[in-house]
Amino acid sequence: MKPAPFEYFVPEAADEALALMAEHGLEARPLAGGQSLVPLINMRMAQPGVLIDLNRCAEFAYLREDGDALVSGPMTRQRELELSPIVRRHCPLIAKAMPHMGHATIRNRGTAGGSLSHADPSAELPGVAVAMDAELIAGGPNGRRAIPATEFYLAELTTALEPEEMLCEIRFPKATENSRASFAEVGSHFGGLAIVGVAGQVEISASGHCNKVALAATGAGERPMRLTSAEALLTGQVLDERIIPDAAEAAAADVEPLEDLHASAHWRRRAVVAMTAQALREIASQGVG
Amino acid sequence: MSAARRDVRITVNGRTYAVSVEPRLLLVDFLRHECGLTGTHVGCAHGVCGACTVVLDGASVRSCLTFAVQADNSEITTVEGLADGESLNALQRAFHENHALQCGYCTPGFLMSLTEFLRETPDPSEAEIRERLSGNLCRCTGYANIVRAVQAAVQEM
Repeated sequence: MKPAPFEYFVPEAADEALALMAEHGLEARPLAGGQSLVPLINMRMAQPGVLIDLNRCAEFAYLREDGDALVSGPMTRQRELELSPIVRRHCPLIAKAMPHMGHATIRNRGTAGGSLSHADPSAELPGVAVAMDAELIAGGPNGRRAIPATEFYLAELTTALEPEEMLCEIRFPKATENSRASFAEVGSHFGGLAIVGVAGQVEISASGHCNKVALAATGAGERPMRLTSAEALLTGQVLDERIIPDAAEAAAADVEPLEDLHASAHWRRRAVVAMTAQALREIASQGVG
Repeated sequence: MSAARRDVRITVNGRTYAVSVEPRLLLVDFLRHECGLTGTHVGCAHGVCGACTVVLDGASVRSCLTFAVQADNSEITTVEGLADGESLNALQRAFHENHALQCGYCTPGFLMSLTEFLRETPDPSEAEIRERLSGNLCRCTGYANIVRAVQAAVQEM
């Protein structure tokens, strides 16, 4: 038996889960799909004293439209996000990114809130949330508070959540009708370890001009990073081969890649350029109007 | 530290096991050590290789990333649940006939992942098959024969 012993709670209501988090604080980890946390526990890189298993909290698993937002519970499975028609219709970027997240078997268990809270710098969903300006709703002893995704990620595996807090809801703004989305990624193999990814969502006018450009890179810093120079260069322009190479090149200045076992900082920076170009070309190929 | 044992009822391949387990007991170890179902293999123990894949309430999962307590009141199918007595099912037979295994260590995981896949996607393209196979590692066959076996099983099912 590999995991170290822990105390186990399996609350059936959200309030109960939050009360347990408040009571156990630093010692406790919420257990969502377990696809990132359990490997760490198996290898004893994480040894939480208390696990609060959210898998029986039915009220944490939902996916619904709420005005101009698509709202997900933290325990909504990634596989549901991948297959849901309302995700496809209103948040195509999520639908495009999902097949890159692990494998179908991983996505059966893996959750929206788990991936977002784990804050692996090369994970896809945090990059998507940052690109979409999603709002992450934290719940804790002092009630709920909204944290913009762009402020949620502080460093590798570190978020703005306080020890007693837990991610309770994710609000993704719906994409407008004329938005186009793409997610480009380079990894060890399909569905394998992600190295660098770029999430892109571009609102294209009937005349073919980019009204609103959102780009974010994963695996290119301690946290998902918005590609602000590339966004600025593209805004108001026609998205085609006259500008895509320059925009992709501009993205190199927007990231702060670190070197690790899998890739050098230089390689990651060039991968951001290549993936930005790939995502933009795929978006351009989807046409306008 | 207290880590009180918990009583669970888990149905595996139609047989119900009512036992008391430590919360840290992984589902794969429960299957192997409590149920004696050693067809489910431990490969990497961190969710990468897919050797421990089982079907939990209809969905394929990594049994090394699931605690046995989490399967309380659930139904599990393992590789031992595929054959009808001594006669292999169509997918197992296709693996056998197409030489889709050599050492066989990864095979139960492939079979369980594909069991879910073929239920959801009864007429898959080769690309869909390959995408699904990407979740399981085989170090012997090079996958070509596994793809062929899946295609042969589809013809027969």
